[in-house]
Amino acid sequence: MDGEELTEQETALYDRQIRVWGADAQRRLSKAHILVCGMKGTIAEFCKNIVLAGIGSLTLVDDRVVTEEALSANFLIPLDENVYAGKTLAELCCDSLKDFNPMVRVSVEKGDLSSFGGEFYSKFDVVVVSCCSFTTKKLINEKCRKLSKRIAFYSVDCRDSCGEIFVDLQLHTYSKKKLEETIECQLQYSSFEEAISVPWKILPRKVSKLYFALRVIERFEEAEGRNPGEVSIADLPSVLKLKKELCDEHSLNESHIPDALLERLVSSTREFPPVCAILGGILGQEVIKGISGKGDPLKNFFFFDAMDGKGLIEDISNSAGS
Amino acid sequence: MASQQQFSAIKGAKVLMVGAGGIGCELLKTLALSGFQDIHIIDMDTIEVSNLNRQFLFRQSHVGLSKARVARDAVLRFRPQISITPYHANVKDSNFNVDFFKQFNVVLNGLDNLDARRHVNRLCLAADVPLVESGTTGFLGQVTVHIKGKTECYECQPKPAPKTYPVCTITSTPTKFVHCIVWAKDLLFAKLFGDKNQENDLNVRSSDASSSSNHVEDVFERRNDEDIEQYGRRVYDHVFGYNIEVALSNEETWKNRNRPKPIYSRDVLDNELTRQNGNMDKNCSTNCPSSVSAMAALGMKNPQDIWGLMENSRIFLEALKLFFSKREEEIGNLTFDKDDQLAVEFVTAAANIRAASFGIPLHSLFEAKGIAGNIVHAVATTNAVIAGLIVIEAIKVLQNDTKNYRMTYCVEHPARKMLLMPVEPFEPNKSCYVCSETPLLLEINTHRAKLRDFVDKIVKATLGMNLPLIMHGSALLYEVGDDLDEAMVANYAANLEKVLSELPSPVTGGTMLTVEDLQQEFSCNINIKHREEFDEEKEPDGMVLSGWAPPPTVEGANKTIDNAGSTSEALPVEAEKSEEIETAPGKKRKLIEVSKNDGTSNAEEIKKNEKLQVLDDDDDDDLVILDGGDLGFSPSKKKCQW
Repeated sequence: MDGEELTEQETALYDRQIRVWGADAQRRLSKAHILVCGMKGTIAEFCKNIVLAGIGSLTLVDDRVVTEEALSANFLIPLDENVYAGKTLAELCCDSLKDFNPMVRVSVEKGDLSSFGGEFYSKFDVVVVSCCSFTTKKLINEKCRKLSKRIAFYSVDCRDSCGEIFVDLQLHTYSKKKLEETIECQLQYSSFEEAISVPWKILPRKVSKLYFALRVIERFEEAEGRNPGEVSIADLPSVLKLKKELCDEHSLNESHIPDALLERLVSSTREFPPVCAILGGILGQEVIKGISGKGDPLKNFFFFDAMDGKGLIEDISNSAGS
Repeated sequence: MASQQQFSAIKGAKVLMVGAGGIGCELLKTLALSGFQDIHIIDMDTIEVSNLNRQFLFRQSHVGLSKARVARDAVLRFRPQISITPYHANVKDSNFNVDFFKQFNVVLNGLDNLDARRHVNRLCLAADVPLVESGTTGFLGQVTVHIKGKTECYECQPKPAPKTYPVCTITSTPTKFVHCIVWAKDLLFAKLFGDKNQENDLNVRSSDASSSSNHVEDVFERRNDEDIEQYGRRVYDHVFGYNIEVALSNEETWKNRNRPKPIYSRDVLDNELTRQNGNMDKNCSTNCPSSVSAMAALGMKNPQDIWGLMENSRIFLEALKLFFSKREEEIGNLTFDKDDQLAVEFVTAAANIRAASFGIPLHSLFEAKGIAGNIVHAVATTNAVIAGLIVIEAIKVLQNDTKNYRMTYCVEHPARKMLLMPVEPFEPNKSCYVCSETPLLLEINTHRAKLRDFVDKIVKATLGMNLPLIMHGSALLYEVGDDLDEAMVANYAANLEKVLSELPSPVTGGTMLTVEDLQQEFSCNINIKHREEFDEEKEPDGMVLSGWAPPPTVEGANKTIDNAGSTSEALPVEAEKSEEIETAPGKKRKLIEVSKNDGTSNAEEIKKNEKLQVLDDDDDDDLVILDGGDLGFSPSKKKCQW
């Protein structure tokens, strides 16, 4: 595509995947710069996948230190206090990831995601956030959208055995194979704020129950000033009360948000490692599709629940975006 | 989800993983993170560079080491307190017997071939241990649960037969690049560098093979004191020039075909040029045989380039020379290996020269390697997703949560909004010859077919037995094992060469044979039906086994996909049509045909169909049923008569 060829070393290492997505997609990957925030199990899975795939660079943001919870689903951190004492999660993950693929530059950025300005974000092609409040998600998504350069925004979260991915590629042009031909396609995405503002009653009847349940939890944490995941079974009555209010407000039948689902989501907020692997895999695939501009990308939510085993795509966009 | 009950089921479980490759690495990691304490892992492979893009437990410095052992060490770094027992061995080894399997609560497969999958399936059935089976190719994947007596076994649904090519297409009338690859790899490479005693069809079509066979044998032997360069050119001229001329002399063959063009080295290369090639030793700085490369010696770098006839000819001669100068001690014992750079170079060049001769488009080394090595497209993300799904099913199995077992398919293009589609497992197929005791029916010419044909084509190739034993009533006709005395070995060897009706205990129409595999603890009965004639095109084996659903034939809905350029960007699944059929009042059954382009790269040859049914019971619990779906098979050849 731009005349630059893959090196011998790259061709040997990436042989099996070049057979899947082609040499030009591999070249685009090697020029992509990705920012991730929230180094828990799901993001660790995602980082592994894209570092192996051979992106250009990966920047990690997470100044928290190791806790038992942080270790629970994260295979990037060696279980050795001598190794992890005094280091942030981002630094520890960085050390491991560097080792995965010497051809990818992995680094750490210290600081708070919401305090970074547009200039910082403009260094990246893809921004992925996890474990942050919905205010922060909206803020980062808007910062990316304001820039003249198009930056793909993704958020991913795993609670217990449920997970959600959100995708905003703004105006995305890509090619796909249809029978013998390669055709050009275009998709217009909604921002996170636009997507979650879509009135519930106009959504199709079969929209994933997880979508509504996660919005209730999100609103609850925000109203209570909690960090994401800082809920317990003791909060269930208040969460159920909020659910009723929101359903009334949106004229949505309450049966669309089963109490049992909300109970699961508040009683255990730890990531379930198999679900981290699934979400990190799907997200990795999507980011690779987005960068390479090859194949239909996910638009614009993905839900997985280990209870029923379904991995569902939902398109929840405002009218301008659909 | 992570209930106390679940937690104790995980803690107390002893699990066996078979395979520490693409799925295996992901699976071992996810098992360890999920709290599994006692994991055993079998893998016979060592680590290759091309594994490193997805098998994340391995590093460059591990190349050549045991996958099972390195994977264990890597996982212990983040979960040091758990027990992982590695076996650097083949799962088909006799020590992995039914008793070995019985010690586990569940077996998890992350394998890459049909043969081993069938073997593990039988051991799990015999040991009555649940099996969670998996496979991926590109963006596609699947996880299935097999519980004896409750769900179908891995072999209840027939698997697509490996693609085969008639020998005559390979030796005389290639029309596709894959035919040239099979010729270069299975015939020419095997002839020059492999076991000299092996039967080889390389010259099968040179006019009258019987009279000239002595002469022909000599052509491939390097004469005493013969210059390597000269020898290489002699082989070149023989296979690309002389043999083509001989084939052309058979006018009958070319009536409705394009005539190939003989190619001689003098027409492609001038003598000066090739002489100079000999002086590139300095480029092969290391003595490690695996790093010897004709491309490097000739200063060619990009494996994605399509070389012309001249470049291919230079690579051919250079590779041949390097085999004789740098790897002479291996000659006579070599088999083609996709990770052997020099072998891939030789096969690519030979296939391309042959393709040029037959007017078939030439291909790059990268593409040729994919075809020759049956390379399955593989990415880390699909393996990670599949590993997650395996663990979810394994946990259900450990809790005996029968109602919630699911088979799950990971697809590239969503069907009914789903990228991950769970399906209720099927019941065992009552006519499955593996997990039920249904006898099979074999139609065979008992006056012509030898016991050897039966053993090779039915017992080994079709029934997938490893250590077979064949009985007619109480008479033992054939047996394999280490503990046989010489007289028995001689007796069985003699039986192999006898036609069925002339065996000591004659096998004729109406006979029932019992075939057993002592290692798999699997046996089945075969009713013999004598039949005089077989269609050479449709029944090339000269025998037909039935009794459970036969493998799907490669006909009908298949469309031909142009091979050129498709290897690197194949879209494996394309939903092609959707129709609704009524099954029961009020219940609609949707049927979507999915035609699948398998991971192996010669797309037009190795396409198979899958039927995907979506059950819509107007509720949220959509079920999707997908038939077929084994994800690995290999081109091989089959015989046809001239």
